[in-house]
Amino acid sequence: MYLEVKDLTYAYRAGQEAVDHVSMNVEKGEFVGVIGPNGSGKSTLLKCIYRALRPESGSISLCGEDVLSMSYRQSALRMAVVGQEHDIPFDFTVEEIAAMGRSPHKRMFDIDGREDRQIVADALRKLGMEELSGRSFRSLSGGEKQRVLIARALVQESDLLILDEPTNHLDIGYQLQILELVKGLGVTVLAAIHDLNLAALYCDRLYVMKDGKMVLEGRPEEVLTPEEIYRVYGVRSLVERNRMTGKSSITFLPEHIDLQELESGHVA
Amino acid sequence: MHLVRKEPAQRRIGPMIVVLVIISVASLILASGLGPVSVAPVTSFRILLSRMPVIGSLAGEGWEQLEENIILGLRLPRVCLGMVVGASLSVCGVTMQALVRNSLADPFILGVSSGASAFATLGMLFGAFSFLGTYSLSISAFLGAAVTIIFVYSISRIRGRMDITQLLLSGVAVSMIMDGVTSIITLSAPNALGLHNAEFWMSGSLAGARWAYLGLPFLVLIICIAVLLANHRGLDLLLLGDESAVSLGVNVRRLQKLLVLLASLLAGVTIAVSGSIGFVGLMVPHFTRLLVGGSHRRVLPVAALLGGILVVWVDVAARLIIAPEELPVGILTAVIGGPIFIWMLRKSRKGA
Repeated sequence: MYLEVKDLTYAYRAGQEAVDHVSMNVEKGEFVGVIGPNGSGKSTLLKCIYRALRPESGSISLCGEDVLSMSYRQSALRMAVVGQEHDIPFDFTVEEIAAMGRSPHKRMFDIDGREDRQIVADALRKLGMEELSGRSFRSLSGGEKQRVLIARALVQESDLLILDEPTNHLDIGYQLQILELVKGLGVTVLAAIHDLNLAALYCDRLYVMKDGKMVLEGRPEEVLTPEEIYRVYGVRSLVERNRMTGKSSITFLPEHIDLQELESGHVA
Repeated sequence: MHLVRKEPAQRRIGPMIVVLVIISVASLILASGLGPVSVAPVTSFRILLSRMPVIGSLAGEGWEQLEENIILGLRLPRVCLGMVVGASLSVCGVTMQALVRNSLADPFILGVSSGASAFATLGMLFGAFSFLGTYSLSISAFLGAAVTIIFVYSISRIRGRMDITQLLLSGVAVSMIMDGVTSIITLSAPNALGLHNAEFWMSGSLAGARWAYLGLPFLVLIICIAVLLANHRGLDLLLLGDESAVSLGVNVRRLQKLLVLLASLLAGVTIAVSGSIGFVGLMVPHFTRLLVGGSHRRVLPVAALLGGILVVWVDVAARLIIAPEELPVGILTAVIGGPIFIWMLRKSRKGA
C-alpha cells in the first residue's frame, strides 16, 4: 500500500464535517481520481493529505510512515502538489517559480547549484516551457502557468503527485494537455477531477465523494454508470464505451428530453 | 510569438551590491558635509579619514575645530542613523509584505509605526521598563509594533486568506487610534517627554541623533537581515500562498510567527530613535523588486542598501529646504511616498 488514508475527518466548522471518516488508498504507479459534486469534500480531502489542513482524526501514511508526524520538509520530499493557488502577486520568472521545487532539498544557506539548474531546465523542457524560462510568471496564460507549476512539482522529485483540481478553470484544450502530460510522466498520481469524461479517460481507479463521505470506489467503468451518476449528481446520463478510446463516454441528458423516447430507440 | 527576456534568473547581484555599497559610503561622506553649515566634501572626507586607525595620518591637517565638531558630533551620527533607519524600514517592509502576501504593506500604512509610537510614549509616561535604561523606549515601541501587527493581521485574515481592503482599512483605523493616544500623552505631559514631542513621533526626525542611539538599531538590523536571509526560500514560498508553501516544505505557522517577531523588532527599535518615517518600507521594496525581481535572496540586501541611501538623502533635503529651520524627514517621505502608494494601489486594482 503506497498512500493509505484511514478514517480521516475534517470540519471547517464544528459539527459540519467536510470530510467524514474517509478511507482510501493509492498503489504505486496508479492514476487515481477523486470525483464528486461541488462541496463534496474532495478538495478538502486532498488538502488534508498534503497538509494544508490538519485533520481532526484519522491517519495518513506513505509507505507505512505516518505523514502527520513528519516534518513539512520530509513530506514535501515525498509528495508534490499542483493546487489551486496560481496567482502570485509578486514578480518571479518562470525559472524561479520552477526552481522553488528544489526548496525541500535545500538546507538554510544552500544556493541552487549546477545540478539544481539542470533539473529545473529538464523539467521545463519536458513541459515545453524552456523557451519561456526567463519570462515573468505573471505574464503567462492560465494554461502556461499550470504547466510551470507542474514543472515545479517535477523538480521536487517526489514519488507522489497530487493534483488539487488544477484544470478547473482552464478550457478543454489545456485540460487535456495537462492530464496527458501528467499521465505521460509515469508517476503515481492522486487527482481531484471535475469532468467525468476526463476522469474516465485518464484514471485507473476512481473514488466518488458526496457530502463529505466516500460513497463509491472502483474502476471508471464500474463507477461511472447512469445509476451512480444520478445518485451522486442528480443528473440523467447516457454512458457508452467509446469505440476509439475503449473508455466510458458520458453524455448528460437535459430534462426536456424524454427518457421513454430514448428507450424506444429514437436516439440509439 | 513571445519575446524571450534573457537570463534574469541567473541575475547576478554581486556587482550591484558593490555599486550600492560604494554609493552608500559616498553618501555618508557627502551628506555629512551638507546642512545649514556646509563643509566641503574634501574636508569632511579628511576629517573622517583622520579618525581611521593606521591610515589616519594621511588626512593631514587644516580644518577648523568647529567643522570637526559638526561633522563628528552632529552630522555623522545623524547620517549613520539615517542609513540604519532607512535599511531597517525597508527590510521591515519586505518582511511585512511576505507576511501578508501583498506589496502594499508597510509599517506606516498598516499602523505599526503609530502603535510603536503610542506604546513608546505610554512607556515614557508611566516609566515602564525604566529599569532597562536607554533601551526602555525601544522595548515599549517593540511591544506596540508587535501588538499592532498581530491585531491588523488577525482581523484581515478571512477564511485563511488575507483581505487587502480589510488590511488597509484596519491599518488606517489603528493608526488613527494610536496617533490619538500619542497626541493625548505628548500634549498632556509635554515637559516630561522632552525631545520626544508629538511631531517627533508622527513625522519622524533624525535631528536628535547621537552615537549612543546607533548601537541597538544596528545590531537588530544585522541580526534580522541574517535570520531573514537564512529563511530566504521560505519567504519566497510564502508569496505563493499558504497551501503551496506547506506543500513545498515550509512550516508556515512557525515562519509567520518569526516574521511577526522580526518585523516588530525592526519597526520598534527604529521608531524609538527616529519616530515614524513613512512609506520607506513601501517604496524601497517595490523599486528593489523592479530592479532584481522577487527572490528574497536578492531583494533583502539590495532593499537594505537602497533604503539607507534614500533616507540619508531625504534627510539632507529636510535639513536644506527651509534652512536654517528643519523639516521633519517623515513629512518629505510622505510627500514622495504617498503618490507612489496611490499609483501602486491603482496598479494592483487592475490586477496587473
